[in-house]
Amino acid sequence: MTVLLRPAGTRPAWLYRICAGILVITVAAAVFAPIVAPYEPSAADFAALWQPPSLEHWLGTDHLGRDILSRVIHGAQPSLLGAIALLAFATVLGVLIGVVAAWKRGWVDTVLARITDVMFAFPGLLFVVLVIAVFGRGPATAVIGMGLAFAPVIAKFTRAVALEELARPYVDAYRLQGVGGVELCLRYVVPNLLPTLAGYLVVLFGDGLMSLAALNFLGFGAQPPSSEWGLMVEESRAGVIQGYLAPAIIPGLAIAIVVVATNVVGVRLSDKLAVRP
Amino acid sequence: MMTVVARRLGAMVLTLVLSSVVIFAAMYAAPGDPVTFLIGNPENVTPEKVAAVRAQYHLDEPVWVQYGLWAGNVVQGDFGTSFVYRQPVTDLMGPRLGVTLTLVAMAAVLFVLLGVSLGVVSALKRGTVVDSVITGVTTFLNSVPSFVIALVLVSFFAVELGWFDVAGAGTGFGDRIYHLTLPAVALALGALAVISRVTRQTMLEQRTLDHVEAARSFGLAPHKVVLRHVLRNSLGPIVTMCGMVLASMLAGTIVIEKVFGLNGVGSLLVEAINTHDFPVVQAILLYMVAAYMVVTTIVDLAYPLIDARTRERSRT
Repeated sequence: MTVLLRPAGTRPAWLYRICAGILVITVAAAVFAPIVAPYEPSAADFAALWQPPSLEHWLGTDHLGRDILSRVIHGAQPSLLGAIALLAFATVLGVLIGVVAAWKRGWVDTVLARITDVMFAFPGLLFVVLVIAVFGRGPATAVIGMGLAFAPVIAKFTRAVALEELARPYVDAYRLQGVGGVELCLRYVVPNLLPTLAGYLVVLFGDGLMSLAALNFLGFGAQPPSSEWGLMVEESRAGVIQGYLAPAIIPGLAIAIVVVATNVVGVRLSDKLAVRP
Repeated sequence: MMTVVARRLGAMVLTLVLSSVVIFAAMYAAPGDPVTFLIGNPENVTPEKVAAVRAQYHLDEPVWVQYGLWAGNVVQGDFGTSFVYRQPVTDLMGPRLGVTLTLVAMAAVLFVLLGVSLGVVSALKRGTVVDSVITGVTTFLNSVPSFVIALVLVSFFAVELGWFDVAGAGTGFGDRIYHLTLPAVALALGALAVISRVTRQTMLEQRTLDHVEAARSFGLAPHKVVLRHVLRNSLGPIVTMCGMVLASMLAGTIVIEKVFGLNGVGSLLVEAINTHDFPVVQAILLYMVAAYMVVTTIVDLAYPLIDARTRERSRT
């Protein structure tokens, strides 16, 4: 698992605005792909293979003569949705483990810590490989596998902030009023943790996007004709040896730009949201 | 100190045992009857043959007995026979481990040397353009997927300039190093951001401490202050971070091996998953977890040796 990037000093506000703008545009492209994209993403044109960028094809065409710009725009949706699903799954699992560990303490905490340790020892792709070996391949499997790999990271973070939250006076106040443990955690503690968690999740989003792209590159996730970005790189890989780098590097750059943008926005968000009264 | 070592080793063994259970259970739960993969040609499937195969691979025993047999053999260094190659798994993995470990070792040398140097430079030049450029470039490299970096390197150094071959791991020591240069660079570039950032951060914290001020005020040459005091006292966190990156790299070569067509452990894993070669998948997953655990444990245990200030704490 890639190690999380810490904030590198203070970043200027314009950088944050540009990155937020990039994210808005990416999400819009993902939502309105059929309207925005100039061509059908899988429409092959064998008269126009490996075209360089031109007025007709702004980013050129790939080995089947498909318009790269349209494919990147259409690829935004599976790429972003994949990372969102991955984080959603990992968050549910991680928050559950983290809050229970912080609430119960004692042996439950120790056992859960041991389990998360074992999960940590499965670096990155391993978890996925395991899930794929059992359930076969497909977008859902990739998401679940990667989610299992991300869950311990979120669990550790949640446990730390939940311990702090549970020490606050309102928790004891509700407990004295006879509010049960489950209700107290679900209705009061978890919602209070969410803002802190949200910033962290945006920072994690970049990691999730890259990990899923790597899986799709290996052919373990999305399958053709999807134009998920990692899969696009894989399909254009053979062309690199023939001297056509653009079809492979453009989706790769799309990933990099979104990752950088979410990191900048995420760090800024966690700085803002983590400030508590 | 001995109790610390014993406890750490105990935790490592426990984690390994738990992981082996998970790995075995996952393979056991995998859909499809192993018998069909084992017999291969559907025309050969006769009831006698099926019974013979089931008996040979102990497929009719309860799960825990199968796990016991497997784990017992693994402890003795026997990982079973590949379903596909009909060869002992250890024979298959031997040469491939050589490729992967050489690749990781080369990448480690690169990211340690480059990462720490970049971190030192940006700490010394903090707040200047140099600092911002180093942080910016390494952060960007960390945000580009490694397979994209790898393809850019192939396109430029192998296709355009023709300095390297496009694929293959080479034979013999010198040729192997030459062939693994581009893959190692591709692997190392992504790790630079993390290493240089940790180096920069710990050095900046050390710089303002009293003993450094004292050394400086006694007129010690600046490079000696940096090397002997600032960098020396920053080594703990730097080594820990290098160890963590190295540990995850041991299992993270899959993508790079695919781009460069290397016959390493990673590509064997992908192939074994595709062909349902469970003994091979089990062995490689176990190797990856073990490699990760061994490296992180060594780093943990070495910390007091690198940073004498933590020795007292770990003794209690």
